[in-house]
Amino acid sequence: MAKIKGNIVIDTEKCKGCELCIASCPSKVIDAAKELNEKGYHYAYPAKHEQCTGCANCAIVCPDGVITVYKAKI
Amino acid sequence: MEETCNMQEIVKPENLVYKKSSLLLDKTFTYCPGCGHGTVTRILAELIEELGLQKQTVGVSPVGCSVLLYAFMDIDFQQAAHGRAPAVATGIKRLLPDRFVFTYQGDGDLAAIGTSETIHACNRGENILIIYINNGIYGMTGGQMAPTTIPGMKSSTSPRGRNVQTMGYPLKITDIAATLPGTYYVTRQSVHTPAAVRKTKKAMRRAMEYQSLNRGLCFIEIVSNCPSGWKMTPVESIKWMEENMLPYYPLGDLKTPAGENTNQ
Repeated sequence: MAKIKGNIVIDTEKCKGCELCIASCPSKVIDAAKELNEKGYHYAYPAKHEQCTGCANCAIVCPDGVITVYKAKI
Repeated sequence: MEETCNMQEIVKPENLVYKKSSLLLDKTFTYCPGCGHGTVTRILAELIEELGLQKQTVGVSPVGCSVLLYAFMDIDFQQAAHGRAPAVATGIKRLLPDRFVFTYQGDGDLAAIGTSETIHACNRGENILIIYINNGIYGMTGGQMAPTTIPGMKSSTSPRGRNVQTMGYPLKITDIAATLPGTYYVTRQSVHTPAAVRKTKKAMRRAMEYQSLNRGLCFIEIVSNCPSGWKMTPVESIKWMEENMLPYYPLGDLKTPAGENTNQ
């Protein structure tokens, strides 16, 4: 059965760790990293990317435009 | 293992759903984390790209966090004196009527020092687009009280909350603009949830398309958060905005061209 799968790529060096994407993700894919990026923010990263549906909600609310979204039928 | 391979296979150009607009320069936005300005800048760039307006767009920003916009977008830009963006945009549009001219202003700028320029540009029906970001305070200078600060809201110059007895009432300048005959389309939107961002983008697209009709001024207010100025985390500030700002500044169209559907 064909399944729709999504995946996101986050530019972690440009992420400012505002966590708005975490709050808006319906599939709870994104989490804040324990590590810091170069700017000193706990950047967002796709912790459970196998759950991603490619809805692009995270990218649409991201104030810094650091998220790129892909979607495919598998 | 197989699952991981599949996930990586999805990341291909032909599967792309969403990507930052190519109009945005390869710079990190210098807005604070979680600020609505970033989202509005992003959707504005997307729309200019989608409508193919890059070569004829002229943006005008006055003073405040809104001025930072010129550094991120690959379009022509002019800075105006504090509050004077609608006046400068008027001049640009009258001299170069084939350009798409917009101003990008904050509430301290548009509703305080620039009240007269704003109201008169609206009343003259200048054929420009005003994008107005309302976060209820002066964000760049340290969170002082602005004309749009809601009753009871704390700011650095009203630490016990805005007292309307001594400090007066908030100014709903978008409602004033809607009553003026020169405006063509007046709306109030927000960018705090994915649905709100989609609606705002739709409203902005409408306003940008109306400019080619030469029918008057389009005015878009975007109720936004200011996590740094409000001294909250971005997620808290959005919750606070939903509970306090939105009841005072209800979202929706305030004036639409006659005969068109008002439902968003």
